[in-house]
Amino acid sequence: MTDNVNKSRRTLLLSTGALGAVGAGFAAVPFLKSWLPSERAKAAGGPVKADVSKLEPGQMLNVMWRGQPVFVVNRTDQQVGVLESLNDKLKDPESTSSVQPEYVDGLYRSREENLLVVVGICTHLGCSPKYYPDLVPQQFDAEWKGGFFCPCHSSRFDISGRVFSGSPASRNLDIPPYTFLDDKTIEIGNDGEQV
Amino acid sequence: MGKIASSSSKGGIGGWINDRLPVTQFYKDHLSEYYAPKNFNFWYFFGSLALLVLVNQIVTGIWLTMHYKPDADKAFGMVEYIMRDVPWGWLIRYLHTTGASAFFVVIYFHMFRGLLYGSFKKPRELVWIIGMLIYLALMAEAFLGYVLPWGNMSYWGAKVITQLFGAVPFVGDALVEWVRGDYVISDATLNRFFALHVVALPLAIVALVVLHIAALHTVGSNNPEGIDIKKHKDENGKPLDGIPFHPYYTVKDIFGVGVFLLIFLFIVFIKPDMGGLFLEHDNYVPADPLVTPALIKPVWYFTPFYAMLRAVPDMQLGALIMFAAIIVLFFLPWIDRSPVRSVRYRRWPFKLMLGLFAVSFCILGWLGMQAASELYKLMAQVLTAFYFFYFVWLFFYSRNEKYHEVPERIEDH
Repeated sequence: MTDNVNKSRRTLLLSTGALGAVGAGFAAVPFLKSWLPSERAKAAGGPVKADVSKLEPGQMLNVMWRGQPVFVVNRTDQQVGVLESLNDKLKDPESTSSVQPEYVDGLYRSREENLLVVVGICTHLGCSPKYYPDLVPQQFDAEWKGGFFCPCHSSRFDISGRVFSGSPASRNLDIPPYTFLDDKTIEIGNDGEQV
Repeated sequence: MGKIASSSSKGGIGGWINDRLPVTQFYKDHLSEYYAPKNFNFWYFFGSLALLVLVNQIVTGIWLTMHYKPDADKAFGMVEYIMRDVPWGWLIRYLHTTGASAFFVVIYFHMFRGLLYGSFKKPRELVWIIGMLIYLALMAEAFLGYVLPWGNMSYWGAKVITQLFGAVPFVGDALVEWVRGDYVISDATLNRFFALHVVALPLAIVALVVLHIAALHTVGSNNPEGIDIKKHKDENGKPLDGIPFHPYYTVKDIFGVGVFLLIFLFIVFIKPDMGGLFLEHDNYVPADPLVTPALIKPVWYFTPFYAMLRAVPDMQLGALIMFAAIIVLFFLPWIDRSPVRSVRYRRWPFKLMLGLFAVSFCILGWLGMQAASELYKLMAQVLTAFYFFYFVWLFFYSRNEKYHEVPERIEDH
């Protein structure tokens, strides 16, 4: 059998097959890429502006960005003041394994100390946590120091969106890219670095 | 019990599967040991090309439904959305629209091949009839698909074609309403046409194609000589003038695919509307129930029959003539009574008439695209008459036809 193999034909066959496979690969690209977000979806997923000048201390603003809630909180000095004391109770106090831009630190997790901008989606199974601003005992936590509580599976987060130990969520709440356009306005979805 | 299993089992994963599902046998029956005549020429590309275009239509069609909404308020915008916003959407849509026309180009060549070489004759009558059913299903599929972009030509084309159901005696008007699901062409019509175009007819077409090939592989392929290769077999029962479909014809067909794709993709990339022939200019305007396009005409593949419809002054008679023109083809195996299959062994009267038949069909197609005039109407009437005369003539002529002697074997090439 092997004696009958015509080498030049075998080479032709293999090279034809290989070239055909490459062609099929290229032909698959448009079909795979057409599943990517369309230009319309990209436009709808563009940066969103929010006016933060009218936020009273302790007040939260819910902004829609890419179809998901983004919480903008004007944190009080009291809320911010207790952050460091909570470190022992947290899973990731330094926010080392968090999704957040490079320009925010692990504690305040914000460009400006008091103003928190955080994606309001629980990192456990995607519910939206509720905002419990007051530093008073709650049903779910007798030593509550203000933050977010997810009603779906009782994940607890502090006022920087850092997750408490004992919560089903394993990661701190995500911080979206955002920038200050001026004193009053932030833009979510824009790092501000290209400007 | 054990004997049955051991007789076929070869062991291994392949053996395990083959004991339960005859994959290898299927491969042998239809590819590696399906013996096709050794003298196929270029006319035999079109069967496999039709299969290629069918796959193209199904794949691109599935992708188009991912981005389209069958809603009278949104459909036109969704097509624009596909063209402008969806990544590569323009390519997928042009592959689909050009594929529709390519399908008919390929099918018309495929059918003419049958006429040339008598491929519809005994024992291949069912192959031909199933093929005609595919052709009918394809026409319905193409028409329904043409309505979906909801352009002005979609709208008015749908109106004219559904109005044809009104030609049915007594229940015509009720039938038109039933088909449209409304008193006019509307959202309901669009929605059901979408369902038929995307689910019902593709299923039917795929099923018919399977039957078409199953019937063909039962009786074996015809060839340009029209000689039955099963008459002369070797000691193993293999036809002496046959060669295995794979690898001989798979390789040949791949070459055909290469040539086809060159032409097809040139149109897709350079001239996807083919100057208004494949995508009509009036369909770049949204459907408007108040404004009829100046010239209502179907896409080119329907125009021969449309010319016949217009040639008859009476609507009911015109519709009847048009349908009869298609139905008469079903009976071709019994109209052509000559024992000789291939045109190569038939004399000049047949060659002349078949040539005139083909030319008149093409001219009818051209006439169907033109604005009506008295001269064109007269021409269409003459050619329509000739279309039917051909079959009558063939029926009587083929009965005692004189022909050249057909050889027993296919000569070496």
